Amino acid sequence: MSETRILEVVYRVRRFHPEKDEKPYWQEYTIQVEKGATVLDGLHRIRETTDPTLSYRYSCRMGVCGSCGMLISGKPRLACNTQIEEVLIQGNLVTVAPLPNFDVVKDLVPDLAPLFEKHRAVRPHILREGDALDPEPGTEWLQTPQELDRYVQFTYCIRCGLCMVACPTFATDPEYLGPMPLAQAYRYIADSRDGGFETRREIAGTAHGAYRCHYAGECSNVCPKGVDPARAIQLLKREFVLSYLKVIRHRGKASRSEGPIAGAERKAGVPEAPAYTIEQKPLT
Amino acid sequence: MVERKRYDNRLGFWGWLGGGRWGFERYVYTLHRVTGLGLLGYFLLHILLTTSRAFGEPAWTAWMDRVSGPVFRYVFEPLVFAAFVIHGMNGIRLILVELGFAVGKPEDPVYPYRTSLNKQRPLLVAVMIAAGVVLAIGGVDFFGMGH
Amino acid sequence: MKETRNWTWHIVAGAFIFVFLGLHMIVMHLDDVVGLFTSGVGATDWESVLGRSRMSFFAVTYVLLLGAALYHGLFGLRSILFESNVGRAWQKAINVLFWLGGLCLFAVGVFQAVTTFLHANAAVG
Repeated sequence: MSETRILEVVYRVRRFHPEKDEKPYWQEYTIQVEKGATVLDGLHRIRETTDPTLSYRYSCRMGVCGSCGMLISGKPRLACNTQIEEVLIQGNLVTVAPLPNFDVVKDLVPDLAPLFEKHRAVRPHILREGDALDPEPGTEWLQTPQELDRYVQFTYCIRCGLCMVACPTFATDPEYLGPMPLAQAYRYIADSRDGGFETRREIAGTAHGAYRCHYAGECSNVCPKGVDPARAIQLLKREFVLSYLKVIRHRGKASRSEGPIAGAERKAGVPEAPAYTIEQKPLT
Repeated sequence: MVERKRYDNRLGFWGWLGGGRWGFERYVYTLHRVTGLGLLGYFLLHILLTTSRAFGEPAWTAWMDRVSGPVFRYVFEPLVFAAFVIHGMNGIRLILVELGFAVGKPEDPVYPYRTSLNKQRPLLVAVMIAAGVVLAIGGVDFFGMGH
Repeated sequence: MKETRNWTWHIVAGAFIFVFLGLHMIVMHLDDVVGLFTSGVGATDWESVLGRSRMSFFAVTYVLLLGAALYHGLFGLRSILFESNVGRAWQKAINVLFWLGGLCLFAVGVFQAVTTFLHANAAVG
């Protein structure tokens, strides 16, 4: 099977130049691509052969960096993760538009800054009382595999923003935190090392936080990494409600080893961890 | 930094309908909103109207006569009943889902991804079947037996 | 915390409504099939209404149902409005207006439940 099949496809791309255009408009390109080419490959082909002014954002080309989210044939997808043949409409047409719900910078480039601001707002890092980066250097957090399983699914998030585009609430409510930040809030709340439950409840348990989710389920449908933000948000609401009803109480409860773990011996040839190269300072 | 012109690309109310992949839950979400708004509208009128019974039989009977025409009996009342059954049955599912009891435990994402939507879908199908059964019984009452 | 409290009661009220509005619907709309508390005539005939009104079970559950349904319904509408990007000022206004409107309607409903309960029992003697 060394035969390469060539497809002739029409790309209908939404263009917008901030210095020339008042409104976006659609432009069509007819290109030839190989079978198995991704939507991102097609965009490269247009730039190489037809129109070098077309702007789009990408980086890794393999579904890891989360830069090339676009509205492809009406649905939010990663351009690098989607083969052209999967998304053909009316025979040989592909429509490519920038991710909605975010401002367009140029052509297919959305401004994802609000996404990252909301992400930062939920304090996406381990919070401990005293806020020290590592109050007891030389020891380590102990966490069982079961404790890891409670949140590890949500660590696969690549912040591509597709869930924010599919979410019906975020379409109308710019104040809504959105699926990605809420899922990340739960990722840290469910982490046994974390002690920031109260802090995050002040941010995510508000009138524009977790309670604006009504489980339309679209975020989980479009997530390219199987992170399932919808599940995280429902589990987040459970934590909030049960702690309000005083059924559960939250505190950072992971234990630390006192120095090296008892009974564990360093394998021959494995060097000691290097000494800290930075000064330990409290986080702000 | 130079202030640049942007294009506001927010979907707005269109986003309540468009933008996603239209899973089954999205339709049910919309249905839940529509039935909820309908029930609330009916309920506010219902409070005011039934207040007439505090003023004795003539006032009550007069109001009941006004709202017992065929349009009310065969269109509005069945609609309210259906809205309640659908909203209520789906509400039971939403209570279980939104309190995190029907969405399953977090699992490793292995392609093809199965999400919490798959976990709660049997429940969704079950409550919809239950709603169908109650609606059928209601249909017999509303349209089947003579008054 | 405030919103957690509001939403928790929205859910609790929903479950309560499911049970008691379910009963209400069975009484009022499945009267031909089931025929509960209808004195052998239509559910909205005065005789049936009076019969239920004098039972303290109905008087109490009507008032509870009224409160729960008003809270649940108005909170639901508030959710939809909050999601419609109405702006911070409107959000505050909605909170105030909905509480006032809800309490007024609650007062009207309690008034009618109590008066009919008293009237109906006085009529029986």
